[in-house]
Amino acid sequence: MDALTLDDASGRGARFDARGLVELDETVPRIAEISGHAASFDAHDLTTRQINLELRRLVYEEGVTDVTVRNPGARHSLGVGILARCRITFEGSLGYFGCGMIDGPEVHITGRVGWSACENMMSGVVVIDGNAGSLTGAALRGGDIVVKGRVGARSGIDQKGGTILILGDVGSMTGFMMQRGRQIICGNAGPGLGDSMYDGVIYVGGSVKSVGIDCVPGEWTDDDTELIERKFSIYGLGTPPKFQKFVCGKKLYNYDALEPSERKLVL
Amino acid sequence: MCGIAGIIYRNGDGGHRVGRDMTRMLQSMKHRGPDSTGYALYRAPTRDIVLRMKLGEANDPSDLEQADDLRRRRRQAEAHIRAAGAQILAIEQINPYTISATLGYEGELKHLADHVESVPHVEVLSLGHALEIIKDLGDAKAVGSAYHLDDYFGSHGIGHVRMATESDVDIANAHPYWAYPFSDVAVVHNGQLTNYHQWRRRLERAGHRFASACDSEIIAVYLAERMSQGDSLEAAMRQSLEELDGVFTYLCVTEDALGVAKDELAAKPLVLYEGEDMVAMASEEIAIRAVIDHEIDTYDPYESEVLVWTR
Repeated sequence: MDALTLDDASGRGARFDARGLVELDETVPRIAEISGHAASFDAHDLTTRQINLELRRLVYEEGVTDVTVRNPGARHSLGVGILARCRITFEGSLGYFGCGMIDGPEVHITGRVGWSACENMMSGVVVIDGNAGSLTGAALRGGDIVVKGRVGARSGIDQKGGTILILGDVGSMTGFMMQRGRQIICGNAGPGLGDSMYDGVIYVGGSVKSVGIDCVPGEWTDDDTELIERKFSIYGLGTPPKFQKFVCGKKLYNYDALEPSERKLVL
Repeated sequence: MCGIAGIIYRNGDGGHRVGRDMTRMLQSMKHRGPDSTGYALYRAPTRDIVLRMKLGEANDPSDLEQADDLRRRRRQAEAHIRAAGAQILAIEQINPYTISATLGYEGELKHLADHVESVPHVEVLSLGHALEIIKDLGDAKAVGSAYHLDDYFGSHGIGHVRMATESDVDIANAHPYWAYPFSDVAVVHNGQLTNYHQWRRRLERAGHRFASACDSEIIAVYLAERMSQGDSLEAAMRQSLEELDGVFTYLCVTEDALGVAKDELAAKPLVLYEGEDMVAMASEEIAIRAVIDHEIDTYDPYESEVLVWTR
């Protein structure tokens, strides 16, 4: 069957299979201006797949370590799966799944990101100047995510390591089922903070609407102070505010399956 | 999954290209729902009533018998409109199964709508002084060009791309829903309602009719019911957070306002842009970018939030 040329999400002509469902492999556009170890290109007229191919060419083939992408236009799945140490700057906003599954890069996004930014990130740094959508840092394994605006619901859901630092407010169920790692939230937290968390630490600078099941206040130690001061100084965020600390109450570790009537008998 | 979008211009005099802008927004979210596309658009209100109705389904088999049926239904519908006491000022056959008519009518809308719908297979898509609901199968480009929406000027509007999850792929089950029989109110919804049957029975007992088996229709009729009892749009939407179960982000529009409500889990997305000349919102930022070319600040509303803007 023949390939079709259809508009992709942002209205640019992209090649799809005959059913119009799967975007076909593209040729690398090779439009970046490279000077030494730095390169930059304009993504305005490229499809999502072309942008990611160009990024990978620069990082893996051309040995570029500092890439600037102009006009990303809030498209989805940009900068995903980059597994090398490099510096990437997006001048603008990303859509869903931005910078997912990366291992190593230092990414700077001057706009905002949509849902599920940096999901399953292994290591590296992502700094977001604007706001972030829900599920930011879902299943994060390592590295730092810094959001200078506010984020939506369930940030750090299923987090397994790394640090999420948020200067603004967060929505409901932040840190839902997190298993390891840290979240430093300077603003206010929505309802259900740390619901069903297994382990890890959540620091909140503002008010907490309500804590979730089995999330309890933790005891402050010098290590907490050291961590927060270190992170604030690395990212040049000034003096940290005063934080409350929340950890897992470990009440859900053991499954209590007794019916109320059975419990009466046992006791 | 479904995608929803809304746009309201701050200077809402009805001179904005809301049809074209909405097509651009919805087309960029085609991947969220390729089954059908719908618009609820508002032009400058007039004294007359604008009626949009469908005589049949887009996917009915089109044969000679069907063509006869459609012609007969149109004749009957026109007779029923007159019988209800309305005067037909203008009438346009947009395609074989869709009619748009301008009516002179002072009576109760329910009376008029019930008269029209007493013709079998005829459904009122919208009734009001400013509202027009346009919905059909296909993506926004196809629907927008088939209904000439590029040249539609208005003050605000909402739209929907549908991925059917619990009811058929046809026009009756496509969004937006008109809040029968309430003038100029329409709703689009992304999500699922879990107490649908309970509310449907309750509202049917109160005398409301449902044109589809889609859970989202409940929201429109629910809000209309509350507003007819004196609630403001915002108050009705706030109450809906208490009384509707499930996951939802929905948009509701009236003649001069556009509101958004999110459920208590914030389970369904919405990105919001509040500019100097317009407020635009959509399930994905990429839709807002389709009408705004420069860098913008956007944010996601939180759980249980209700926000309302007026034109």
